[in-house]
Parts: sequence; structure tokens; C-alpha cells
Amino acid sequence: MKNPSLFGKTLAEIEEIVASLGAPAFTARQIAEWIYKKHITQFDAMTNLPKSLRHQLAQGYSIELSTAVKVQTSVDGTKKYLYPSTGHTFIETAYIPEGKRATLCVSSQVGCKMGCLFCMTGKQGFQGQLSTGEIIHQIRSLPERETLSNIVFMGMGEPFDNLENVMKSCEILTADWGYGWSPKRITVSTIGIIPAMKTFIENSSCHLAVSMHTPFHAERKKIMPIENVYPIQAVVDLLRRYDLGKQRRLSFEYIMFKDFNDSNRHIQGISRLLHGMRCRINLIRFHPIPNSPLASASEERIQQFREGLVSKGFRTTIRASRGEDILAACGLLSTKELVKTQAPDF
Amino acid sequence: MRNTLIMDAGLVDFIEKLPLSKQIVTHIELLRKGVYMLHFLRTADFLPGQVVAISTDLSVPPRLYSICSGEQDEKLSVLFNLKSDGLLTPKLAQLSQGDPVWISTPFGAFLGDDQPAWWIAAGTGIAPFRSMMRSGMANGKTVIHGGRSADSFYFQNEFLSTFGENYIRCCSGEHAEGLYHGRLTQWMQEQDRLSKDQTYYLCGSAEMVVEVRDILIEKEIPIDKIMSEIYF
Ligand SMILES: Cc1cc2nc3c(=O)[nH]c(=O)nc-3n(C[C@H](O)[C@H](O)[C@H](O)COP(=O)(O)OP(=O)(O)OC[C@H]3O[C@@H](n4cnc5c(N)ncnc54)[C@H](O)[C@@H]3O)c2cc1C
Ligand code: SF4
Repeated sequence: MKNPSLFGKTLAEIEEIVASLGAPAFTARQIAEWIYKKHITQFDAMTNLPKSLRHQLAQGYSIELSTAVKVQTSVDGTKKYLYPSTGHTFIETAYIPEGKRATLCVSSQVGCKMGCLFCMTGKQGFQGQLSTGEIIHQIRSLPERETLSNIVFMGMGEPFDNLENVMKSCEILTADWGYGWSPKRITVSTIGIIPAMKTFIENSSCHLAVSMHTPFHAERKKIMPIENVYPIQAVVDLLRRYDLGKQRRLSFEYIMFKDFNDSNRHIQGISRLLHGMRCRINLIRFHPIPNSPLASASEERIQQFREGLVSKGFRTTIRASRGEDILAACGLLSTKELVKTQAPDF
Repeated sequence: MRNTLIMDAGLVDFIEKLPLSKQIVTHIELLRKGVYMLHFLRTADFLPGQVVAISTDLSVPPRLYSICSGEQDEKLSVLFNLKSDGLLTPKLAQLSQGDPVWISTPFGAFLGDDQPAWWIAAGTGIAPFRSMMRSGMANGKTVIHGGRSADSFYFQNEFLSTFGENYIRCCSGEHAEGLYHGRLTQWMQEQDRLSKDQTYYLCGSAEMVVEVRDILIEKEIPIDKIMSEIYF
């Protein structure tokens, strides 16, 4: 049996561990800084800790990290990394350089349970939650780590279906004993799991992106089963209570589907739904997936849609499509082929 | 479509419905190893297909459960499956008569009606369809239920007597009389004349819903006609 890893533990968790080893509380912060600020992977390197504590830690814990098993590079410079997770499963992480900026799209689960009709990860079903360590590891082990300007939780999985580990990851990323990132460089994207979203808003300062894809209840139900229990109207009602746009960025993601959600009626619907809210809208081209009844709206229509929303007073951008050739673009991440199929319940 | 209208109207105060109130368990039934039915006194109206959020104590975040009792039933009941390493279901399984639990008022938009349709479920995903069946929505329905073992077909006597041949039990793990041997997705694949006018209601695990939805789309069923409830 491998020793449990300290990588991915929060300061509070490390404090519990050092207390159980009979070491003084302040050593927890030293350990956290060695792991997250100085990036060491051997307990011996923690030179300001007593030798006996280093020995105890090495006996009971590990801090070694695995490396990506595969990397693919797109013609546009986007890279897709494949990392092993527990139980013969794999996760994908997309690195997207854009001039001086670079964004990392991290995963929070292996597969996803939400079953959105337009998403490859959704087609994979659910194979497991990522631990905090596995989430942070996608950033820590990235060869281009130093070039990163933003992290977005938009890879595989619904972050708020793995709330505890996503919250701990955000804590480690932003804490002064951790990676020390500004929460303004981190965006968590959700389809709107209301109770978890409420916890996130009240306990984190990171940006929030909500996948809307249509403002209409009856239509959203067809493409996103979550709408049955947590409808977009209720998600927006909740967000209004916090007036989020004042303190951080609130954005709505909108994949443009031809003849489904790209009409002027939709512009009116979005305008009514988000009326008076401080937010931005990101329009996204749809990258068709196999056996999908949906198609992407035309470039011309996407532009017109953007202009329509801008004329209603919404800050609206069209997200550039990146890494399509290596299936790293939005909604295309999937490790289904690599997953050993588990016995289904039907 | 009375139900959809009611649900849409209910969206405005939706968040107000999430807070939980204390209810008393009237009894708990073991349907088979690891699968239970939990009954409470009914204090609110609901629409067949809706869910309630339940927790045993406020230290465990509430989980959602489809109501499996009918509109006219005296009790409100849910069906659940024990996940031995889960947070809530091991606690639910320990409940007995008279114990308090925290429960929300019913909500949700996976709603049935009395038009001909297909009800397709895996495991405990049969729960909302039992509620619909007991609420006068059985007319013109075909029910497909998938399970691993012969004892996975909860409420099979009720379904058999209501739907007869239009109730198909797909058993992937064993042969038994009256059961189709194979996965429910295999049964669906074998159907070559699926109606494009009827609605297909899918309920259960993400894996089942996504696979069946793909099969239906391959068979040219319009997405307007597919309604999915995923037990995430
Ligand atoms: C709309 C809806 C309706 C539902 N209706 C029903 C119903 O009628 N009947 C029913 O039985 N269920 C239903 N569910 C599912 C239900 O809400 C619970 O998810 C389920 O009962 C499990 O709860 P739990 O707390 O016991 O397990 P959880 O603690 O949620 O865990 C579930 C499983 O995930 C695994 N898991 C949890 N956390 C982790 C982690 N960090 N890493 C790895 N694995 C992890 C656990 O090992 C366990 O096997 C419904 C869900 C939804 C969304
Ligand atoms: S879009 Fe997000 S929430 Fe929906 S299935 Fe894909 S990964 Fe899951």
C-alpha cells in the first residue's frame, strides 16, 4: 500500500497530521510552504524541519508526483495533457496559450454525471471524483506552469458535484501558504447545482461562470437534465441575491446551436433573464460530437447574436475555438476509450 | 400540459422551497438487500415525477430522492439504494419508525402526463414512474426497467398488473422466467419501430440515460421527445 499523499492537503489538514505526530503546530505551515511554494518532492529537502519529523513524515506519507502520460499539441499551440487517476482512469487537462496569456482548463472529475446532450465528457458517464491532490496536480505538474495567467475549472466534470475537493483546491491555489494566486485568476464553471453553488459563493472569492445555453426552461430541459431540478431561472434568482458582479466576475456561457438557441427570441429571453445584472456573456462555437442532433450556428449568426446582446447592454464576447484538432476544445474532453468499463446497474 | 405550466409558475419561489423541515418517519421497508422504501406523513402536494431533498441531520448535505408514492396516497414515500460508502444512505438505512428526518417540499420538472409514452428506468430510477402510475397516468405507457438481478424489479407486481405485456424487465445478470435476459440498452437497440410521436422518459444513472438517449437519437427520435432525469 502506498502512503497517503500530503500533496493536496490544506493547511488545516496538515495541522491535524503534525499534531498527530506530536510536532509543533507551526511546522504545518512550513510543510505547506515546502510543498506548494518551493515545489519539493522529497521530505529530506524540508531542511527547516527537525530530522525526526522528516523521518516520521517519510514513514507515513508521500509527496511524490506522477507525470502526464501523454501530451498532444494542436496546430494552434493548445496542448492536451493526459494524467492517470485512481482505478485505471484518466483525466485530461487543456493548456491554452494566447499571446502573453495562458489558460489552463482543469478537470474536477473523471467523466461526468450531468449528461448534457452536447458534451463528450457527458457521454462518458461518471468514473470517479478527483481528489484535491489530483486537481492541484494538473497545475503543479504542468511543464508550462510558470507561464499560466488563468485557471478555469472547465475541463472534465461538474466542479460543484465534487464541491469539497474543488473548494480545497481553490484554497490551496489562493492561500499565502499555498500557490498564492489571486482568486481573480481562477474561474469555476458550473451548470448550476444550487446548494453547492451557494456554498461556493459564500466561501470563495473566485470568479463564477454559469452554463446557460438557453434562457428557456422547456428548451434547457432537452439539452441539460439538471434543468429539471435546478432551473436556470432559480440559478439566476440566487445569483441576484448576492450581487456577485460587484466583487468578482460573473459570466454566462452560451454554446451557439443552429436553429435551437440562436434566434432573436433567445436574445430577448436572455435579456429578460439577466436584466440589470452585472455579468458578461461568452458565446461559444459548438464543436460537433458524434451522433449529436445539434449543429453549430454559423459564424455570421454568432456575430449577429453578439451584436444583439451588446445592443441590450450586455458585455458579450465570442470565445475563440482552440485545440479542436486534438479534441481539446470546449466540450470535447473524454477519456472514455481508456476507461475499463465497470459493470453497469442495468 | 397542466404540469409544465404549474412547474413554470413555481420557478419564481423555487429557492424558498429548498429549506428543509422536520418530518417523522412512519415506517421503513426493506425491499431487498440494500434497497429500502421510506415513508413519511404527507404534508405537501406534489406532482408525479417530483423529488424531495432529504437529510437525516443537518451535518449531511441533503440528497435528492424521487417521490415514488401516488398523488392520492396518504404517505409520501421514496425508494433508495444503500451506498455502503455513501454519506447519507447508510444513515437513512438506520432509520426506524418515529425518527425525525429533514425534508424539503417537493420540486422538480420531470413531470408525467396521461399521453402515450415510454417510461425507461434503471434500478431505483423506477421511482417517479411508480408515482405517475399511481396518479392515473398509466394510460398508453410502455415501461422498460433494467436491473442486474431478478430481484431488481421493485414494485413488479403493481407494474405487471397495470401494464401486462407493456412492462418489460431487462435483467443483465441472470436468466429468469418472464424477464428479458440482457441489458436494457440491448433491448432498446433491438426495437426497430419506435414511435416518433411519443415521449421517452428516461430515469436513473447517467450511464443508462446517456446510452439510451444515444440509441433513441440514432433511431431518429427527435430530442423534443426525450426527457431525462439523472440520479447524480
Ligand atoms: C434528481 C435526483 C433524484 C434522485 N432520486 C433518487 C431515488 O429516487 N433513489 C435513490 O436511491 N437515489 C436517488 N438519487 C441519488 C441520491 O440523491 C444520492 O446521490 C444517493 O442516494 C447516494 O447518496 P449517499 O449520500 O449515500 O452517497 P454519496 O456520499 O453521495 O456517494 C455516492 C457514491 O459516490 C461515491 N463518492 C462520494 N464521494 C466520493 C469521492 N469524493 N470520491 C470518490 N467517490 C465518492 C461514494 O463512494 C458512493 O458510492 C437522486 C439524485 C438526483 C439528482
Ligand atoms: S457540459 Fe459540463 S456538466 Fe455537462 S456533461 Fe459536460 S462536463 Fe458535465
